[in-house]
Amino acid sequence: MSTIDIKPENKPEGLEGAGFFATSLEKVVGLARANSLWPLPFATSCCGIEFMATMASHYDLSRFGSERLSFSPRQADLLMVMGTISKKLAPVLRQVYEQMAEPKWVLSMGACASSGGIFDTYSVLQGIDRVIPVDVYIPGCPPRPEQVLDGILKIQELSKSEGLRMRNSPEYKAKLALYGIE
Amino acid sequence: MTFLIAENGVQTYLPILFMFIAAMGFIVTSMLATHYLGPKRKSKIKDEAFECGIESQGNARTPFSIKYFLVAILFVLFDVEVIFMYPWAVNFKNLGVLGLIEMFMFMGFLVLGLLYIIKKGALKWE
Repeated sequence: MSTIDIKPENKPEGLEGAGFFATSLEKVVGLARANSLWPLPFATSCCGIEFMATMASHYDLSRFGSERLSFSPRQADLLMVMGTISKKLAPVLRQVYEQMAEPKWVLSMGACASSGGIFDTYSVLQGIDRVIPVDVYIPGCPPRPEQVLDGILKIQELSKSEGLRMRNSPEYKAKLALYGIE
Repeated sequence: MTFLIAENGVQTYLPILFMFIAAMGFIVTSMLATHYLGPKRKSKIKDEAFECGIESQGNARTPFSIKYFLVAILFVLFDVEVIFMYPWAVNFKNLGVLGLIEMFMFMGFLVLGLLYIIKKGALKWE
């Protein structure tokens, strides 16, 4: 029987002693946010099928704290765009993004969501970053579940390191203003 | 280690009071903490009703047919009747003939009511 090495969550820097551990609030909030991301699956095509495999028992996304999918943007932290977004669907995607509560992240899965993919036509949006800001892109057509897990771990790293004040900063507002979002 | 707890009287209920205080305290503290710690963004689009990203049409508080309400209330009425029959059926032998007569009277009243609403045309959907 082979043994499985379980890597525990890396402890943030802090003061440690017998029976206690003290660190900054920012790091605790970062850990909590990173390990309890609630994704909103915006699955429009075959990448959505790969996402089903990612959620199922073999790959099991719930191991990373994303057990609960949210189909309302109000409770979601992570918008996962999986599949071709047509130009007609772009305003819908944008409204879903805008109605999400802060803090929020966007993961663009697959070639279609990231760049339009093979659908270089009049009807398809050439990448969702034309309407909303994207944090992590996953390449592939469609990507394997391992790649999706890798993308979510990248989002976790982002959420761990962004800090408490980032979402109130003028830089963040300027970034959203580029997309015409208040 | 000994605890001084009165054998009887109001004091015996103190742990329940403390539990309620702790539960309420946890809710209030966590709600306030998330309210002040979390980042927020408000805009006209953000505060709109969520209808899967599509613009909502009309007002949610428009008048609609009273028939829905009638059917819903009648459903609740007969639902409760069925729920009453479960404990009666479990204790059927203990309650004996008297229980049988009582339940048949209860059902009879409701059947009379059902006949009345059918006569009145409450279930007609045209």
